[in-house]
Amino acid sequence: MKKVYTRPKSLKKAVFHYCPGCGHSIVHRLLCEVFDEMKLQDKVIGIPPPGCSVFTYNYLDVDMAESAHGRGAAVATGIKRANPESIVFTYQGDGDIAAIGTAETIHAANRGERITAIFINNAVYGMTGGQMAPTTLLDQTTTTSPYGRDAALEGYPIKLSEMLGLVKGAVYIERTAVNSPANIKKTKIAIKKAFQTQIDGLGYSLVEILSPCPTNWKMGAIESWKWVDEVMAKEFPLGVIKDITGDNDAD
Amino acid sequence: MTKVLMYGNAAVAEAAIRAGCQCYFGYPITPQNELTEYMATHLSRRKGCAFVQAESEVSAINMVYGASLAGARTMTSSSSPGISLKQEGISYLAACELPAVIVNMSRGGPGLGSISAAQSDYFQSTRGGGHGDYRTIVLAPSSVQEMADLTHRAFDLADKYMIPVILLGDGMLGQMMEPIEFKHEAPKELAIRERAVRGAKGRPSRIIKTFTSNPSEMEEINWSLFRRYQLIKKEETSFETYMVDDAELVVIAFGISARIAKGAIRNARAQGLKVGMLRPITLWPFPYEKIKDIARTTKQFLVFEMNMGQMLEDVQLALEGKREITFHGRPGGVIPTASEVHRVISRLYHQKGLKKAK
Amino acid sequence: MRKGYIEIDQVLCKGCQICMEFCPKTSISPADNLNAAGYLPASYNDESECTGCAICALVCPEVCIEVYRD
Repeated sequence: MKKVYTRPKSLKKAVFHYCPGCGHSIVHRLLCEVFDEMKLQDKVIGIPPPGCSVFTYNYLDVDMAESAHGRGAAVATGIKRANPESIVFTYQGDGDIAAIGTAETIHAANRGERITAIFINNAVYGMTGGQMAPTTLLDQTTTTSPYGRDAALEGYPIKLSEMLGLVKGAVYIERTAVNSPANIKKTKIAIKKAFQTQIDGLGYSLVEILSPCPTNWKMGAIESWKWVDEVMAKEFPLGVIKDITGDNDAD
Repeated sequence: MTKVLMYGNAAVAEAAIRAGCQCYFGYPITPQNELTEYMATHLSRRKGCAFVQAESEVSAINMVYGASLAGARTMTSSSSPGISLKQEGISYLAACELPAVIVNMSRGGPGLGSISAAQSDYFQSTRGGGHGDYRTIVLAPSSVQEMADLTHRAFDLADKYMIPVILLGDGMLGQMMEPIEFKHEAPKELAIRERAVRGAKGRPSRIIKTFTSNPSEMEEINWSLFRRYQLIKKEETSFETYMVDDAELVVIAFGISARIAKGAIRNARAQGLKVGMLRPITLWPFPYEKIKDIARTTKQFLVFEMNMGQMLEDVQLALEGKREITFHGRPGGVIPTASEVHRVISRLYHQKGLKKAK
Repeated sequence: MRKGYIEIDQVLCKGCQICMEFCPKTSISPADNLNAAGYLPASYNDESECTGCAICALVCPEVCIEVYRD
């Protein structure tokens, strides 16, 4: 018998600090598989956020540099403008990209910066203990919406990916999830396409990935994976939001 | 070299280009817009260079952080309220030991303030401004020529010590026109810093981070930064002295105030008052030792600045209560005249019964 | 006749049981004892009809499953 599955080369041999059932390490693994397959390990620069994934550099064996909270798109802009040959991606949570980082994200996309954003949406601020995030669903209880998110007081879950769809410089935006074998496979394809968009110099690309957070959702791992399909994906539908990479205008 | 008539904002921009600045990131704010506009005109289309008008000053400083990570000489400019926005980014630059030049053409404050020149960002520039124990080199020009010269020096110092450098100008220096000459030509090839984050080809991957879950690690980083700051204090402190050798009264002033004070001192000297001036050029590292040195023979000091008393505290630290200090300040963006300062000097001179020249 | 088998690194496993949830062949079940980290890890059932489909490795957050197939 031959080995048909083994860990990707660009994934460091370190024990993940993430909770059992967390989606982060699956995305990390997919990124490394993509780096291996597309031979990007020595070209890519990753920018992790503050948050649970601040330690991404312990796992991805590529050049990485921390960013201040929300500023990933601006840092990526600086790196890419200084060295256009590099392949630059941000790895951002929902609070990072759609609360404090909204301006930077929209404007980097608006300028059509040739960067890729990996947007991990778990509907809470995880690292800090489960506070309400811009993507928290209505009626979802968090530590700062203890009575359930009330639209009148706390607004609605924000659809950043759909908003970015209106921005001309954003050329490829897709929402996927990592809560089932089929979705994980689709996520990998989307990640590959996003990096290819950057390599082809077409514009800003983003993959929003619905990711389970069992600890802060106060669920077991299996239950949280189900919640992504049964509840979260109803508010954040999976699929391609924008793809003009095939158009001639995208150049 | 031929002299050109230039205003301060443009001189900084041109000097930066000649120093090999590759990336400029800015945002409109009075009174420094001409600097950003000069870069838009002269840097944006230069080969290998990048100009971005960012969506905010916060974004601009983070773009600077990114470009510095990638090994480029990079700069941003703003004025007081915008510099407040950049403080987190500056703290990150200092923590990661990344070179960058930040230009502050300061204006009256606090709040949105006034658009006229003031010197009320001294504390912000020298006492961190951002969070954490860090320092940035702070250079204070007092002429358009110095704006150009110190811009070039800022890039060199930033690279030499891997530290962000603040060029602290003000609205008057930015807007005034003087004949200057540039001592450097723009480099033919842009230099790329060696330890940069450009993709891990042929080497192990590089991680640049500021967070640690281990306080002891953070402690060691702080000690390490401060060892470097000690070296900078020893090697890079600079100042200008003007007629201090026989002075009974020494004015201490920086930037545009020093320019105004010089005029006042010349007039006072013409009347036989033995007045001199110490002008710090590096506000950090501050010339404490030189002040102590002058204090051996001079007993009276007049601190003159366009704020409510900020550099005053550094002078107090230097003199350790052993000499008398008088303070004259004009805040909010009001530009004092040389005659006003002359009056202050004369009054003080006579109040203290200081001896005139024979 | 089984077509495949897997190896689970029980030291890395955090006992999330996602692999068991998605395995089409009931080849995985909880082990009898906790591991050193205090988790109840997954354990491969050697008597099972494992086909080496690798779905378990696909969904495993810890990347602690290696899959072999004919």
